[in-house]
Amino acid sequence: MRRRDQRLIMIAIAAAVLVAAITLTLVGLRSSVVYFVKPSELAEKAQPGRRIRLGGLVVEGTLRRTGTVAQFSVTDGATIVEVRYDGLLPDLFREGQGVVAEGSWAPGEAFAAERVLAKHDENYMPREVTEALKQGGEWRGGRPP
Amino acid sequence: MITEIGAFAAALALALSVLQGALGIALPRSDANSAAMRVAALAGAMLVAIAFAALVVAFVRSDFSLAVVVGHSHTDKPLMYKIAGAWGNHEGSMLLWCLVSAVFAAALAWRRGAQDEGLWRRAVGVQGLVTAGALIYTLFLSNPFARLDPAPMQGSGLNPLLQDPALAAHPPMLYLGYVGLSVPFSLALAALIEGRADQNWAKALRPWTLAAWTCLTLGIGLGSYWAYYELGWGGWWFWDPVENASFMPWLAACALVHSAIVTERRGSFAGWTILLAIIGFGLALLGTFLVRSGVLTSVHAFAVDPRRGIAVLVLLALALGAGFGLYGWRARTLGRASGFAAVSRESMLLWNNYGLAVAAGIVLIGTLYPMLVEAFGGGLISVGPPFFNATVAPLLAALFLVLPFGPMLTWRVGDLAAAARALWPALAAAVVTLTATLIASHGRAAPALGLAIGVWLVAGGLVYLRVRLRRGEGGPLRKLALLPLAVWSMSAAHIGAGVLTIGAVGETGFRSERAAALTPGESIDFAGRRVTLLDIGAVEGPNYSATRADFRVERGGEIRTVSAERRFYPTAAAPTTEVGILSDLDGDLYLALGEPAERGSAAWIVRLYYNPLVQFIFYGVLLMALGGALSLTALLRRRSEP
Repeated sequence: MRRRDQRLIMIAIAAAVLVAAITLTLVGLRSSVVYFVKPSELAEKAQPGRRIRLGGLVVEGTLRRTGTVAQFSVTDGATIVEVRYDGLLPDLFREGQGVVAEGSWAPGEAFAAERVLAKHDENYMPREVTEALKQGGEWRGGRPP
Repeated sequence: MITEIGAFAAALALALSVLQGALGIALPRSDANSAAMRVAALAGAMLVAIAFAALVVAFVRSDFSLAVVVGHSHTDKPLMYKIAGAWGNHEGSMLLWCLVSAVFAAALAWRRGAQDEGLWRRAVGVQGLVTAGALIYTLFLSNPFARLDPAPMQGSGLNPLLQDPALAAHPPMLYLGYVGLSVPFSLALAALIEGRADQNWAKALRPWTLAAWTCLTLGIGLGSYWAYYELGWGGWWFWDPVENASFMPWLAACALVHSAIVTERRGSFAGWTILLAIIGFGLALLGTFLVRSGVLTSVHAFAVDPRRGIAVLVLLALALGAGFGLYGWRARTLGRASGFAAVSRESMLLWNNYGLAVAAGIVLIGTLYPMLVEAFGGGLISVGPPFFNATVAPLLAALFLVLPFGPMLTWRVGDLAAAARALWPALAAAVVTLTATLIASHGRAAPALGLAIGVWLVAGGLVYLRVRLRRGEGGPLRKLALLPLAVWSMSAAHIGAGVLTIGAVGETGFRSERAAALTPGESIDFAGRRVTLLDIGAVEGPNYSATRADFRVERGGEIRTVSAERRFYPTAAAPTTEVGILSDLDGDLYLALGEPAERGSAAWIVRLYYNPLVQFIFYGVLLMALGGALSLTALLRRRSEP
């Protein structure tokens, strides 16, 4: 094979790889991005079967456990949503504090969480929660963390 | 008093590093100026070392007149974590950044080797400016020596999650890697300023790149290992933006390690190597920006001052602006390409670089996309593992498919048929793995392919070793002893990549988890093991109290015990999880203790994970780092020879 043909083949392969990578990236960004919603937006934005993140404050006195299943309510000051989670709650999960639940929701059911994220440490609140609380008028902290 | 000495030393070091930059870049070339530049670099490094030592002393003595000590230390903390506390916070870690940069500048200044003098003094000068930039940022925007008046009696303690040996070593390792990439950057800028890059220049570049890559590998590995056993989520990599921030420079460094070989051996790719060195350091700075600016929410993001984020962005813009500007102006003068065929060692290294660069680009897009969407009012989103698994994994798989051919091919024109013939045992091993996994997992194609690719890499590395051994002379032992270090290092790194792939695919594809409420004496069958909760009780540690659960694990007649804890640090007012891990060859049983199942009940929630092959991940990382270290040894040994 001539050197020029070899070079053309290499460029063709490189272009094919790049096109494949760009396609995968665009498809991935379209399909596997997880949107964040506040409890008051849930009914409007949630589609059945699509993963979303729900963020807000855990309502005081709503945590119930049955075996490994934990149920609690999350609010942004406007709407209250029931969350169901089968598993270990994070160490920093507390009633009255911020939480982010990742999972799916369908009308008439509790939010089925597959993952529950709480604060990493006492100084840090998930930014999504801060935003939700500010918009719901529930933010009582000073400057946002 | 010691604190004042530290602050003064850092300020003096700033002046010296600016002087070093001026002597290397702006002032005329003379022996006197070069000698002065060397002295400035050495004195600067010593002064930053004094400043850093002063900070460590303040932490050891629990000097609560310093704001950082108050924020991140406590008198009850074990000594090791008092010392580690010096870099377990934003201000101290930035001073560490300066220290590493200054020490590297001194090393660059005093080890000229065979480098061309013009290129060498430019590089030392640029490195001085890098140190100066870091020192300006540290002293003016995150001063670790800031006082608190009146001084409180007690500090608020270090986050208990961070009180861990792996995490004490994680930041220094990562910083050695990040800042290590500043030296290739300085060398690249030196080549652009002078408008030439020779093979001695590439020879000087390689050890720095390798050292940076090795430290990044170890630093990321330590962080991942820590996340695995400390966070209690059973995972080791979450595609968290903070992890991506370190993964992108790693990918660039990995590409640079390979392209520098071509530039040194064949004289080609010089322009690309220079561009890659600029991009690599740019990504390291971007990583620092993402982690330190507070644009990300994570355990790492402790800088909440927006000025700091902007300052890092300014430094990033300066570095990239100078780099790309010079590149655009000078790149054409560098050209000295030597030809190569589509099947050759050069073309394989080109594919390596292409694959790694595209991978870094994808990770960059996935990491920045949520920020862009938010900035344009598109709401809050997160890009997580599904995106990266669907994009980066296939790309790396394609790269790994061709990888074993690389070492088998010769420079200029390679013999593909001969390489394929030599590699057939590796192909056979991969096909057997593929078939066996497909049958055992009832046709799950993706993990089966992943495992097969991992085996292909490991077997391909072994085939290469065998081919090189056969080429030697004398008896088997003599052949083994005469094998060049470079062959060992390349094999170790490539086999390590395979071992890591096997672990990552095994864990991601075949893990299982389950939550259970257990009362003492109760058993559960999980992943071929019978797990019994023996007892739950309170224990006291040096600076915490804990609830401990003891488990008995029965597997095929073999009985072992393991315990898991929930620890309460009074300084933190929040519990942490200490998981129990039982490692076997096939994988880990991983137990995390939760809370009582219901009020008043004796049952506790326990989360059980089975993480198959997970230890392979960490062995793979160690093998890759070993490969880097061996290669570094080979290069330094070669350099010291006449």
